[in-house]
Amino acid sequence: MTTMQETAPQAAAPAQDNDVLLEINNLKMHFPVTSGMLFQRTVAYVKAVDDVSFSVRRGETLGLVGESGCGKTTTGRCILQLYKPTDGQVIFEGQDLTRLGTRQMRAMRREMQVIFQDPYSSLNPRMTAGNIIGEPLIVHGLVHGKAEYRERVADLLQNVGLNPYMADRFPHEFSGGQRQRIGVARALSVSPKFIVADEPVSALDVSIQAQIINLLEELQEQFNLTYLFIAHDLSVVRHISDRVGVMYLGHMVEIAERNEIYRNPVHPYTRALLSAVPIPDPVLDAQRERVLLSGEVPSPLNPPSGCVFHPRCPIADDNCARVIPELREVSSNHWASCLKAEGY
Amino acid sequence: MATLLEVKDLQTHFFTMDGVVRAVDGVSYDLEEGETLGLVGESGCGKSVSALSLMRLIPDPPGRIVNGEVYLDGEDILKIGMEDMRNVRGAKMSMVFQEPMTSLNPVLTIERQLTETLQLHKGMNKAESRREGVNLLSRVGIPDPEQRIKQYPHQFSGGMRQRVMIAMALSCNPRLIIADEPTTALDVTIQAQILELMKSLTTEFGVALIVITHNLGVVARYADRVNIMYAGRIIERGSAREIYSNPRHPYTVGLLRSVPRLDLPRRAKLDPIEGQPPDLVNLPAGCAFRARCRWAIDKCATDRPVLEETGANHWSACWRSADLGPTAVDFLGASELAEPESPAGE
Repeated sequence: MTTMQETAPQAAAPAQDNDVLLEINNLKMHFPVTSGMLFQRTVAYVKAVDDVSFSVRRGETLGLVGESGCGKTTTGRCILQLYKPTDGQVIFEGQDLTRLGTRQMRAMRREMQVIFQDPYSSLNPRMTAGNIIGEPLIVHGLVHGKAEYRERVADLLQNVGLNPYMADRFPHEFSGGQRQRIGVARALSVSPKFIVADEPVSALDVSIQAQIINLLEELQEQFNLTYLFIAHDLSVVRHISDRVGVMYLGHMVEIAERNEIYRNPVHPYTRALLSAVPIPDPVLDAQRERVLLSGEVPSPLNPPSGCVFHPRCPIADDNCARVIPELREVSSNHWASCLKAEGY
Repeated sequence: MATLLEVKDLQTHFFTMDGVVRAVDGVSYDLEEGETLGLVGESGCGKSVSALSLMRLIPDPPGRIVNGEVYLDGEDILKIGMEDMRNVRGAKMSMVFQEPMTSLNPVLTIERQLTETLQLHKGMNKAESRREGVNLLSRVGIPDPEQRIKQYPHQFSGGMRQRVMIAMALSCNPRLIIADEPTTALDVTIQAQILELMKSLTTEFGVALIVITHNLGVVARYADRVNIMYAGRIIERGSAREIYSNPRHPYTVGLLRSVPRLDLPRRAKLDPIEGQPPDLVNLPAGCAFRARCRWAIDKCATDRPVLEETGANHWSACWRSADLGPTAVDFLGASELAEPESPAGE
């Protein structure tokens, strides 16, 4: 097998380009809950994403972390218009995607692609690896003639560290890590600017995870990609992201530069999350202070009043149950939504 | 402390159309009373199959325990009849599975599922077992246990279901609990809760615990000893402290180096173990890890290393174990490995 041997110029300080590629304004995604057999009435809404705003700069990796049900995947899908958001704007290169028609959106999809979590269910078992990677090329009319198609597929396979002769194999003939490489190649095929990577490594074994993460970083450099990296593993997110956003129950609770958020987390939820990450060193791990959260994430069907985190928060007071905290800048480029965050 | 469990040369093979899969290929270890043992490895390394073999829950066909002895309290439980084995399961050793969603029966109440073992193994009647069930639920931190025991699994969240599973595993005061990836399906904050709970309960009840996981971080805090498995064998064994600070097998070193760590400065690049685990049907001659190993020498291709003591209570199956150790881990960014020969794999 060929291995990627790019001489990666040590990620020379993440291109400090303040050019915004993607802007999300007050994004809301409420899924209706219906009841009744014949006459379906909407009885409630699951507020999967509730008023989330952030932006992604060209060439950066924005990590989005949070527990299951926090709305991180829904946010990713809303950006790609795989869900029609209830409200809010998704502005990609100056264009509001929520206003585009189906046809216009299809053209836009060339610019933005997705890598899914599960390399087993996200590849069609009846298609060869080559066809899986090549289909987008045909759909978007990017190749002319068989020779060009084959050449392009071979190039893509090589880009992700697979052998061109593997194009004729079916997904079941590949291991989990190799399948994820096929998923990456498929996303790359249309030369997108922006890729939503939705838990791309969480289904893989530890030793393979690192291979895929390195691959994603190499490709980012090579093709000048912008990533929205969705994951629940905070160590992985710290490694790959330039900035990190933490979500809880449909809200963005904290967002800042990578080093800032890991060194000085201000939101109590971020602190608890960080302290819950196990560290592979028994001596160090025993010395760490652990913020054990009591209880579990409440249902987004019936979120708590005020700050959604207040029932589990170690520092909440009466005010937190009443006032909805806004995301505010607590220090330069460090935003948090907590009434009691320092500097608030 | 007395030895509770002794596994000797356990071999579990699966007889498939493609050939014999040597899922567990000669595993030996022991466990003291009340000890917590971590069993770590990647998918397909045989960690789950070795645990299921202890419970004799290997589906036959295609699987079979072809060799080995498993002494629990001095009795070889691989030799006893299935009827006697049923008295061992639940009563002497019990299991907590990975998926709390699928390992509870969705159409039975928690009460039915929790009290069944109590009635079977302890001969309690309905009222007694119910009282004990409520007691167990409150022990594992489920609020309002009198009401909750009447409910069905779907009314519980993932973390709560895992608590129910732990209550069931504890119900008959077993001597040993095997937890197969008990927190993998759970969120980070819930993971921490469940691990703390398991540790405090096993300490309180003096139960020995085998935690099976692929996450080296999970066992670091809780395990007394750790076994690292690769391709059906234990390739390194030692106290948790030794394994993490002084690894003597290239695979363990690779595992430790490949994960990004929150407690250390961020590295520019991760250092994965290249390649894939071997095909268990067609294991190569010599060391199974050789193809992915940075330290491999000619001898590794022909002679299979066996576990040898490299330090006090520390065993490794590697010809070059003496060349490894703390320097091989070298997390702090420097990418130079302590390797005098063989350039890093092309």
